[in-house]
Amino acid sequence: MFRLLITRVVLGLLTLFAISILIFAATEMLPGDVASAVLGQGATPETLAAFRLELGLDRPAYIRYLEWFTGVLQGDLGVSLTNKRDILESIAPRFGNTMFLAGFAALIAVPVSVGLGILAAINEGKWIDRVANIVSLATISVPEFFIAYVLILYFAVKHRWFPSLATVFPDMAFSTKLYVTALPAITLTLLVTAHMLRMTRSSVLAIMSQPYIEMAFLKGLPRARVIMRHALPNAAAPIIAVIALNLAYLIVGVVVIEVVFVYPGMGQYMVDGVTKRDLPVVQACGLVFASAFIILNTIADILGILVNPRLRKRNTGH
Amino acid sequence: MTEHVLKINNLRVESVSGLVLVDNVSLELKKGEVLGLIGESGAGKSTIGLSAMSYARAGCRITGGEVLINGTDIRKQDAEGRRDMRGKRIAYIAQSAAASFNPSHTIMDQVCEMPIQHGLMSKDEARKWAIELFTSLGLPNPQTFGDRYPHQVSGGQLQRAMAAMAISCRPDILVFDEPTTALDVTTQIEVLALFKKVVKEYNTAALYITHDLAVVAQISDRIMVLRHGKMVELGTTEQILQQPKEAYTAALVSERKAADHIAEDVKVEHNEPLLEVKDVRASYGSFEVIKGVSIAVAKGETVAVVGESGSGKSSMARMITGLLARTSGTVTFKGKELAPNYKHRSREDLQRIQLIYQLPDVALNPRQTIGEIIGRPAQFYFGMSPAKTKERVAELLTQVGLPVDYAGRLSTALSGGQKQRIAIARALAANPELIICDEPTSALDQLVADEILKLLKKLQDELGLSYLFITHDLGIVRRIAHRTAVMLRGEIIAQGPTAQIFNPPFHPYTENLLASVPEMRTDWLTDVLAKRQQKTA
Repeated sequence: MFRLLITRVVLGLLTLFAISILIFAATEMLPGDVASAVLGQGATPETLAAFRLELGLDRPAYIRYLEWFTGVLQGDLGVSLTNKRDILESIAPRFGNTMFLAGFAALIAVPVSVGLGILAAINEGKWIDRVANIVSLATISVPEFFIAYVLILYFAVKHRWFPSLATVFPDMAFSTKLYVTALPAITLTLLVTAHMLRMTRSSVLAIMSQPYIEMAFLKGLPRARVIMRHALPNAAAPIIAVIALNLAYLIVGVVVIEVVFVYPGMGQYMVDGVTKRDLPVVQACGLVFASAFIILNTIADILGILVNPRLRKRNTGH
Repeated sequence: MTEHVLKINNLRVESVSGLVLVDNVSLELKKGEVLGLIGESGAGKSTIGLSAMSYARAGCRITGGEVLINGTDIRKQDAEGRRDMRGKRIAYIAQSAAASFNPSHTIMDQVCEMPIQHGLMSKDEARKWAIELFTSLGLPNPQTFGDRYPHQVSGGQLQRAMAAMAISCRPDILVFDEPTTALDVTTQIEVLALFKKVVKEYNTAALYITHDLAVVAQISDRIMVLRHGKMVELGTTEQILQQPKEAYTAALVSERKAADHIAEDVKVEHNEPLLEVKDVRASYGSFEVIKGVSIAVAKGETVAVVGESGSGKSSMARMITGLLARTSGTVTFKGKELAPNYKHRSREDLQRIQLIYQLPDVALNPRQTIGEIIGRPAQFYFGMSPAKTKERVAELLTQVGLPVDYAGRLSTALSGGQKQRIAIARALAANPELIICDEPTSALDQLVADEILKLLKKLQDELGLSYLFITHDLGIVRRIAHRTAVMLRGEIIAQGPTAQIFNPPFHPYTENLLASVPEMRTDWLTDVLAKRQQKTA
């Protein structure tokens, strides 16, 4: 088992390395360059060339990649081209904000969707199953900004229960922070619940038709015990995988939501970076997002191995 | 108090679509009595067994009748009351222990679960009791056996562990649902002896469900024969075996008896070999499944390969067809060497050897019509025109005994036996000289299987086909094989004319294998066990 786990971790690191190359290559291919973006339309070719020289953009791409990558390995994400500030320092508080919002949403979404998924599975075909299915399907079928605006219209404009802008400061009280970010968190919850709910429902249903579940009922066990103890552990691996995927989405996919609620997270920072052709910022954000994705998926893989005795324990039978 | 621990009156079970699965069946069990329920698939035996626990599978409903356990109608109980009786008063032993144990929990947890959940024992008491059961059921290292997960023990051990689980609450009634069908014959005999012991020692009543008369004869006091959900006949075991009253019972009995005798008309005329396998080895990854095997099949000959699961007999079929590439040795067909991998074989080489599989359900494409399924090889190998193909399909359907108008249908609507006939027709469509049959009848009911064997024999006489027949069923081998090879752990340990293999002097393994096949007399199991004891003494 130990070898299996090590393999997963090494694979994760390799993926991250491959992605760092992709990110660098992709930002290289962006149309336009930072010099013309910063200096504007009126800049003469001479000033542009001088500016590029100053930034080191004249050197070959692979040398700049190696410099960048060794920097990253030492915890140096570089300096923003536009405002000359250290990127790590700018990203840290924003990353904290993004994680806060994602964590908040996950805390609501994961228990709700797994719980509802199990309920829907054991009441297959009954009203609770249908309602859960229809509502969850409806929420993923409409665009995310639409849900956000509907919530703002109802809860912020009409009833004034929540603020429409999720502005947070570093020294804000925790409870105020929760209150301010309630609407974006609910929006995100609605977005990710459907996927997790449906996966939980179908994994549990697939397990419920197994002979060992029939055996558990014939042993005279209470229904709740059959589901929690006999069905769930075997349905866990696919559920964990889909939860990891959705947690990653909560961190990476929030750009639109951050813009709608003017929330100072990573997404906004990255969008800013793209519009200003600030390559180091875009690369740094991309790398952070990719890391979040890979780390979460690696954790899901490892948990998937740990919950399966056939992978956890070596076969000693014949 | 009534004297019957289980009494079922006028049981009726229907499918949700209204089909009657069990029709007006009544039975009764005294303490310590074993009733065998026998019949072919679809006879409703398992449905009755589950109904005795007031349990209906998805899509079924118990619509009428009484199920009295110690005088209490379990059907009239509420959910809580039913739950309390299940496991505690009446327990279930399923066909496949591998599927009936939860892969996520240790065996100990699952065996202890029932007494703990029914509030009969504390955790420590249950654990001690489980170890006691493991010891009395002859499981290895009973102290630690329970700490293993189901995938870490063998099939026979798991089946015994399931027996331990079933009797953990000391129930009055046990329902055995084909509990030895999935086991090899040599394992079956041990498990069967153990069940007999359990029933006797704990004085439990039992319903023993099986399709094999010889098996049920060893353990039951009375036998009920079922067909299409109705009772055909009920009598003592002796009476059913010796003087069956109903024609259907008589057919089952004589069919099962036929398997005990070697067919007389088997003559061996050795032509030059069609297929010759010499010193072949093959492996899956680093695991060698065929270890230097040599075998030959002559024209018009049937060669049987017998062995238990894991002996490498199916791998041999895959190796000969080139699905599993051999690592050394030669395979020649009519003196010409065949490439190890089927991808490198010529169309002609492929056409000459065809394969029939164990499960026709899986081997036939459910989206294709029967005409397409059978016509495809005719077009592929011989480039027949659509009109010619249609003619050929009709001819083949007649040959395998199916109506010509089946060509337009989908195979999904057919029965298992009919599907296997389609599979045979598809193999014939290529005009093969050798057909490899991989357990073609083991998924079929006795009487249907017999029809398929007769068809294969008829085709052999008409077309001069050769068969390499892979099976674990020694009864079939005796009836159809000219020559037999016995496989054990990837090697052929005995090979020769069938009559010779099945008569002394035996190879020790062959003898053990033969001795393990249940015979149609009630004292067979006792005899075999007594003989074994003598030997070890």
